[in-house]
Amino acid sequence: MSSLVILTLIGLFLSLRGYQAFKSQGFHFITGVDWVAAQDGSGEKNVFGLGAMIIGTLVISATALVVGVPLSVLTALFLTFYAPERFKKFLISVVDLMASFPSILYGLWGFFVLMPMAEYWAKLIHKYLGWIPIFDVPQPAYTRSPFIAGIVLAIMIIPIVTSVSREIFAQTPLDRIQAAYALGATRWAMIKAVVLPFGASGVVGGAMLGLGRALGETVAVYSVLNIVFKVNFQVLYGFGGNIASMIVQKWGEASLSEGKALLAAGFVLFIMTLLVNMGANYIVRRTVKTGR
Amino acid sequence: MTTTYVPTVSPTRPWKKTPAQLIPTVVILILALLLDVSVVAVTPMKGKLAYALLFFLFSVGMQFIYAWVKRGRPAAMDSLAGAVTMTGGMIVFLPVLSILVTVLVKGLPGLGLHTFTQTMEKTSYSDPLSSGGLLHAIVGTLYLIVIATAIALPLSILTALYLTEIKGRAAGFIQFLVQAMSGVPSVVAGVFIYAAILLTTNLRGSTFIGALPLAILMIPTVTRTAQEVLLLVPAELREAGLALGATQWRTVATIVVPAARSGLITAVILGVARIAGETAPLLFTLGTTDKVNLNPFTGGQNALPYYIWSGLRDGTEGGVARAWTAILVLLILVLSLFTTARIFGNRKAKR
Repeated sequence: MSSLVILTLIGLFLSLRGYQAFKSQGFHFITGVDWVAAQDGSGEKNVFGLGAMIIGTLVISATALVVGVPLSVLTALFLTFYAPERFKKFLISVVDLMASFPSILYGLWGFFVLMPMAEYWAKLIHKYLGWIPIFDVPQPAYTRSPFIAGIVLAIMIIPIVTSVSREIFAQTPLDRIQAAYALGATRWAMIKAVVLPFGASGVVGGAMLGLGRALGETVAVYSVLNIVFKVNFQVLYGFGGNIASMIVQKWGEASLSEGKALLAAGFVLFIMTLLVNMGANYIVRRTVKTGR
Repeated sequence: MTTTYVPTVSPTRPWKKTPAQLIPTVVILILALLLDVSVVAVTPMKGKLAYALLFFLFSVGMQFIYAWVKRGRPAAMDSLAGAVTMTGGMIVFLPVLSILVTVLVKGLPGLGLHTFTQTMEKTSYSDPLSSGGLLHAIVGTLYLIVIATAIALPLSILTALYLTEIKGRAAGFIQFLVQAMSGVPSVVAGVFIYAAILLTTNLRGSTFIGALPLAILMIPTVTRTAQEVLLLVPAELREAGLALGATQWRTVATIVVPAARSGLITAVILGVARIAGETAPLLFTLGTTDKVNLNPFTGGQNALPYYIWSGLRDGTEGGVARAWTAILVLLILVLSLFTTARIFGNRKAKR
């Protein structure tokens, strides 16, 4: 009962508070790409367009998915079919442990340990794949790029995606597995013919749950990313942003009207994650029920 | 007397590889290592990345060819897929190791008795690490945990009971809401409390208000775990209670809940572990202080994640070093909660 009340309240309050921002900006609030806050009472006009941050959020989350999902699927397969029985339990609890690390720890680690390494990888990618537009870098600025933030997020979503995929893989009917082996299939042939078709939609659901987490991540992104309010599709280039970290960054010196716009931004983020999570839960639940 | 000869047979494992079958694998690995070193020495490629990548390519490639020649295409594909899966699985565990080692190495120098007995009241970031401590932040975190649990626990256990025991008409809808709620980003919870309370009333940030968004984040975790635990209670117990003439309420209160007690404790611990390290919502709701504040309703409060955040934002050497120490303490807290939950969970599974 309580959850109903709280969820409705969250939606209600944020939309109420953000309504003024919506009203003054109209659709520009979603599609616009600039954010200029005027002083209260100075007579200048506020321009709030969240577009750049929405794009930034999507770019970072997409990077996280591209890096994280294949690794998670491999890990889930490894844990279910390859890992020696003795270590299996231990390895599974290590993955669960990864999920319980605070996000600020990932941020700190990403900034001090991962960044130097990832910068080097970014340079390599730019050197050999720079002809692809998204890997282009106009100036040699590789630090604090969306690419690095994406890797940190990838590491953060790996435990969720892995454990959802692993649970689905483990539900593969044993008779089908044994039938495949009896027909002389190798382990890989069995996985390809039986496990992957069976678990595919579960993996999609897990990936979407991961996406939901990646969209709303604040502290880790804030510590790693160089937040600049501009559209940036070039993942290796050293600036970007996402909605959640932008709210935190602008909060401190926000005027009253800008604060309301930030609340509206929170509302947009809330709706985005809600939609993604609903989709994910629908897919996962359908898979678990029908086994298809 | 005839003696019967009983041969002692040790169980054989015919699928296990004999040493002779292992030789090609070992030879391939050694060859790959040699090739790896020589190629790195000759070509301009340098660094750990080149070593690892080339070793992977060589060993996997040679095993692929060997399997193809010996046993044909399916076997070759199998060895390739096996190698890729193993490597993928291993790569995922590297960050965990790296994180744990980094936290220990960077956090230990600042750790001492003073960490738990002093506050930052008279110490600034530029002072040596041996003065000042985390007492105020630890007290704050404990306060937050206690208050958030006090709010979230009754709500989530009752929701879980409603979903598993009463199964009312709204159960499906509420189940859906709980799942939607577990996806609420923490920053949104913080902004919501700010908009709902701090903007509409003239209250200032305090421990109690800081605990509210944490409770919002805790409810779905506890509800879902509690629900799973309650479903494990055998239906016979409920039926026995009802057959003895107890009302549903009495059955639940005196039979179902005690039977699921250790599982419910696990649920709470997991919930606490979920919120102990939350930073984003506290930035909007906590206010701040450098002293121990024992009053949860007035005055700012500090907390371990908040302390780490300010150290990191400060950016100076001292601030960052203190942040690492604080994160070591926070990690120990989270890890011990996690382990306790595991032990409780295992004990329940055994019975």
